[in-house]
Amino acid sequence: MNTPVLDIKNLSVGYHTQRGRLKALRNVSFAIPQNSIVGIVGESGCGKSTLISAIIRLLAGNAEIGSGQILFKNDDLLAKTENQMRALRGVDLSMVFQDPMRTHNPVLTIGRQMTDIQYRDQLTKAQKKERAAEMLSLVGIPDAAERLNQYPHEFSGGMRQRIAIAMALMARPSLLIADEPTTALDATLEVQIIKRLRELQSEIGCSILFISHHLGVIAELCDYVVVMYAGEVIEQGPVREVFHTPAHPYTSALLRCDPGNIREKTRNLPTIPGEIPDLVDLPAGCVFQSRCAQAVDSCVTARPEFRNVAGGHSAACHLLGEEVPA
Amino acid sequence: MLTYIIKRLGLSLVITILAVSLLFAIIHMIPGDPVSTMLGPKASPELRAALEERMGLDKPLPVQIGLFFINMLRGDLGTDVFSNRSVTEIVLGQVPYTLSLIAAAICWSAVLGIFLGCYSAVRRNSLIDRMTGVLSVSVIAVPAFVVSLYSLLFFAVQLRWFPAIGAGEPGNLPDQLWHLVLPAFAIGLSWVGYIARLVRASMLEILGENHIRTARAFGLPENWITFRYALRLAILPTVTVLGVGMGFLLSAAVFTEIVFSRPGLGKLVIDSITTRNYPVVMGSVLFSTLIFVASTTISDIINALADPRIRSSS
Amino acid sequence: MDQAVKTNPVKSRGEMGEMFYHLIRDPLGLTGLVIVVLIVFSAAFAGQIVPYDPIALNIPDRLQGPSLSHLLGTDQLGRDTFSRMVMGGRVALQVALPTIIGAVSIGTLLGMIAGYGPRWLDNLILLFFDTIRSFPTVMFALAVVALIGPSLNTVVFVIMATSIPTYGRVVRTMTQSLKSSEFIDAEKSLGATTKRILGVHILPNVLGPIAVLAAMDIPTIVGLEAGLSFLGMGVRPPTPSWGSLLNDGYALIRNTPWPIIAGGLPLILTTLGFTFLGEALRDVVDPKLRGRGGAR
Repeated sequence: MNTPVLDIKNLSVGYHTQRGRLKALRNVSFAIPQNSIVGIVGESGCGKSTLISAIIRLLAGNAEIGSGQILFKNDDLLAKTENQMRALRGVDLSMVFQDPMRTHNPVLTIGRQMTDIQYRDQLTKAQKKERAAEMLSLVGIPDAAERLNQYPHEFSGGMRQRIAIAMALMARPSLLIADEPTTALDATLEVQIIKRLRELQSEIGCSILFISHHLGVIAELCDYVVVMYAGEVIEQGPVREVFHTPAHPYTSALLRCDPGNIREKTRNLPTIPGEIPDLVDLPAGCVFQSRCAQAVDSCVTARPEFRNVAGGHSAACHLLGEEVPA
Repeated sequence: MLTYIIKRLGLSLVITILAVSLLFAIIHMIPGDPVSTMLGPKASPELRAALEERMGLDKPLPVQIGLFFINMLRGDLGTDVFSNRSVTEIVLGQVPYTLSLIAAAICWSAVLGIFLGCYSAVRRNSLIDRMTGVLSVSVIAVPAFVVSLYSLLFFAVQLRWFPAIGAGEPGNLPDQLWHLVLPAFAIGLSWVGYIARLVRASMLEILGENHIRTARAFGLPENWITFRYALRLAILPTVTVLGVGMGFLLSAAVFTEIVFSRPGLGKLVIDSITTRNYPVVMGSVLFSTLIFVASTTISDIINALADPRIRSSS
Repeated sequence: MDQAVKTNPVKSRGEMGEMFYHLIRDPLGLTGLVIVVLIVFSAAFAGQIVPYDPIALNIPDRLQGPSLSHLLGTDQLGRDTFSRMVMGGRVALQVALPTIIGAVSIGTLLGMIAGYGPRWLDNLILLFFDTIRSFPTVMFALAVVALIGPSLNTVVFVIMATSIPTYGRVVRTMTQSLKSSEFIDAEKSLGATTKRILGVHILPNVLGPIAVLAAMDIPTIVGLEAGLSFLGMGVRPPTPSWGSLLNDGYALIRNTPWPIIAGGLPLILTTLGFTFLGEALRDVVDPKLRGRGGAR
């Protein structure tokens, strides 16, 4: 059976604010196949954080799930109780966060934190420690057994991120969500960690949802990519396809502006003019329309449907012609 | 770690020396002299000279300070003017009463305060949270001796629930504990609110931090997160506060001892002032200062021990 | 649309006006302000308000309970408790005002010097602060009183001396952080003297939080004066102070509760009033908490 590990169907999430309802995610749908790495790309405000908070069900107090389903191995996460979710978190569904410097408790040893998360397992303390040490060496931390007794501040940023990855993969989850794990690290570290992540993924056979705004990393690491803009998915497909032949004007603009893509020396880095629209007071029509160089009349009035571009590659844009739904 | 402790102790020592010197300096800078204050303006010159010599006041100031230090290190704080007993002995006899009062006050107020603060942080805007908030703002600032007087009036005199006088029979622990209740309550009352607010603010800050989010993302049980992960961090400022609060507690103890007619450093100081027993006054003030300096030092060291980040950074 | 109209009038009110405006909006702040005004007013016009002379003896009428002619009864010397209570407020303020002004001025000056000046000076001043702070306040006060005898001035001097480090430390910390900010660098590069930088640029930024601290400190100072007077180490009889009222009440505790109530009540009110005011002021002075005007 090829059920996707994660299948998000028409997810809409909003926040109650003083100014009104902030529609952070609207009708988001995509799937993560088994044993694959899916990347999410988009600028700040596109809804990435809301999306992952919704998946692990740790949303802020003023958030409200409007509609949709989050099927994790065919089981709707949105229908689960808090206790059921807690049973999943860190076991079958884990996360790695963006800031390695603040992601660990500063007054507990790494060993303590790594054994704590195994609290559901019926192992002895020694066995848990052993497992932790094993995992640490797997991510490339030398003298693992010794270093379990150290505190987070005794490790560098890169090592702390490796520790975070080790913790997340320790229970062999089916899905690992990585929220911009390398953004806070420098380029050489980034390369190493991405490499290690890919090796671990094929070893363990899990899927990874990888969020980043670094297109080069996405191209390097991911099998599929989902492009988000202002709370909507506007394009998705196999990464080679989408990056070589982008179907949506936003994606093309993103690629054009990526520093890695710039061929000639220039003083002015290209940007996409304009800002994301007000998520409380959304315009009718296409959400990208106000910044789109190729907008036509229908873009202002009607929301575009998802259309197939090629096998598995689809985008939501009026300019794509045929009405074949994805 | 050791270097930190040594540095900290060294600082305390310097401050103690300066404090003692300051006391001496004040004695000599102010108009009038202690001998007149003690004997009255009509004392004969011979009597004054005798007292001066006995108290060492005829020697130059630095020599006096030096002599005092040497004596202090030997445990000698001088002799009581009237009974000729060693001041050290007199003071040490009273210290246990004051310390037990302060300990009792800290115990109950810290425990209740931490609990209330924790609860308020985890259940924000609940009834307990809001009540604690309002009560702590209002009760914190009422002077401890006013609380003592009112407790005395209400619980001891009017309702007769508790004894109004004394520390209880020596050797009779339950009786002594019973006598401790009202005074410890009076001193601790303002602390409960203070600690509750501190813990609440600390907890709220910590609960919003990234590492707590990580702990949740790993499905750790909520009460682990509250107590093992958050409270452990939130308590650290409380320890510091208690250390510095010792000064306030010592001051509050003075009043409470007078109000409840309890023996202790406070009563000793007041009685000695009224009888102009100058060495005992100085001895008790100095001793209480030493207690204060010691408590701030200890709390700083505990803080460093508990927070590994401070340990390694020094 | 509504918001655009609202923002304009607020801006034209000016900084002080805006602070006041927000202060009134807070129920706690308003209560505090009302109480404080009441206390200050009754203290300032105590002479006019009191129905009886607070120190006039009236032995035949001693130890009466509250009645229409004596709102809070009389004490053991027949003096009207209510009048003594009102007059006590005057003493409280007579102590609090010079103390605060003195402690704030000296503390701010030393704090700015410590924060802005050379390291050795900073360390010296810090050591000075720490030494003073190492004395439990009341003990220190008692020691000084033991030497120079009790009086109003002694109380003022002692409390002021022990309060200086509180303000000094806060000002020092703020000065330190301001010192490294860009606009100070800019001023220095324009050739501003140290005096000018301290006086014109650092001082105004420091005053807000200091005002909050002072407001919160007044209850402590008033309480300390009352405490010392209660112990007989403060103002001399027959001057009425809330503390001496409490002292009388303590002696009479088994006869009548009224002097204690009369002494304690104003202390509690003063404490509550200034604390509420201080808390509300702090919310107002700290712009992060001021309204929800943040832009997106």
